[in-house]
Amino acid sequence: MREIPYETVVETVKQMCMEANYEMGPDMYAALRTALEREESPQGKAVLEQIIENAEIAKTERVPICQDTGVAVFFVEVGEDVKIVGGSLKDAIYEGVRKGYQEGYLRKSMVQDPLRRVNTGDNTPPIIHFDLVPGDKLRLLFAAKGGGSENMSVARLFAPAAGKEGIKKFVLEVVEKAGGNPCPPIVIGVGIGGNFEMSAILAKKALFRPIGSRHPDPFYAQMEEEILEEVNKLGIGPMGMGGRVTAFDVHIEVMPCHIASLPVAVNIQCHANRHVEREL
Amino acid sequence: MKEYKRITTPLTEDVIADLRIGDRVLISGVLYTARDAAHKRLVELIEQGKPLPIDLQGQIIYYVGPAPAKPGQVIGSAGPTTSYRMDPYTIPLLKLGLKGMIGKGNRSPEIRKACQVYKAVYFEAVGGAGALLAKRIVSVEIVAYEDLGPEAIRRLEVKDFPVIVANDIYGGDIFEEGVRKYRLTGTG
Repeated sequence: MREIPYETVVETVKQMCMEANYEMGPDMYAALRTALEREESPQGKAVLEQIIENAEIAKTERVPICQDTGVAVFFVEVGEDVKIVGGSLKDAIYEGVRKGYQEGYLRKSMVQDPLRRVNTGDNTPPIIHFDLVPGDKLRLLFAAKGGGSENMSVARLFAPAAGKEGIKKFVLEVVEKAGGNPCPPIVIGVGIGGNFEMSAILAKKALFRPIGSRHPDPFYAQMEEEILEEVNKLGIGPMGMGGRVTAFDVHIEVMPCHIASLPVAVNIQCHANRHVEREL
Repeated sequence: MKEYKRITTPLTEDVIADLRIGDRVLISGVLYTARDAAHKRLVELIEQGKPLPIDLQGQIIYYVGPAPAKPGQVIGSAGPTTSYRMDPYTIPLLKLGLKGMIGKGNRSPEIRKACQVYKAVYFEAVGGAGALLAKRIVSVEIVAYEDLGPEAIRRLEVKDFPVIVANDIYGGDIFEEGVRKYRLTGTG
């Protein structure tokens, strides 16, 4: 059994929270530059230029790209032959979030109770999806998920007859209704299959894929491309003020499901697409 | 590149009458911050007939919950939050003389209409550009509801704060107009 000290996990999570919030990934920089070349709307171009300049400032000055530094979302793959010593893995992640958000001057956006709404003061609790996998590694995926784009996300349970066309129509409806609210250009995560909750988790996980990556199954890879093309015909454009670039990409994740069901979830990600990955 | 219009707060009728959707505007002067929780409290005070902690006459409210300032910074990243959430609270504030709002995303038909009725303007700032926008804020002071943390009401002094006119007093809506221009399809 391989051992990882509690403190190592705390420190790693802390660094992940800060890095994701200060620095855009290389795929996002490339996507923004491509979008700027493709965008025809002068208003849209001006928005994209501001987004790029903002990312440069954030990176250089080590300040958050966006003041909404998000809910701390984790996908954690725990190897069956790895053990955290000196404390629990869950506590270590909580502690890392607490430290990252406090020491990194990140905004604390979590309220303790959904209706009574008092801020927890340290951005905990994070939302953690654990998975047990073979091996002796610990893999951590972190996203700082903003509220504006999350609010535009939708899950629906279709009858199987809805098929591929029904899903495409649904995604377009969700994106069109969202308009400028989720800070387009967006990334669209689509979870298909599983059950009610799993479709949403799949949609979230899809957002972690790099911009430009395609589903390994050619059927879904093509579906991703088709949806992206249709979405960019909607004319919503950067910040919703009209334009050619409404989405950077569409990522689909799928899972087996019940004979009666076709669960579909659409998770929207803003242009401040902030996620990082570490393996211990 | 279109030129910027430079305006200062408080907003006068002449200045407001000159603003049209799509105008790029640089605002200097004072902005008050308020988002969901502060709006709720303001409207509760109005309903109870009590005075507000700020005088809204001619003022602009910026929908923002800034990140904490690092040592040496005036304010942390401070970009706009989504405006539709403030729609249910907006008309009572317009009735008290509020003349401008800054946020992101479109407003309800009621608020668009209210901009005409109460002669007020809704500006869009670029969402997710919080690091850049923070640099245009020269001073910050908490004026009410400190217990709300990032949602407290702050008085910001800004210099050349960049926004775009999204709803003007003539009923214009940049989202509707912009999308119409670039749309190639229907979802129907």
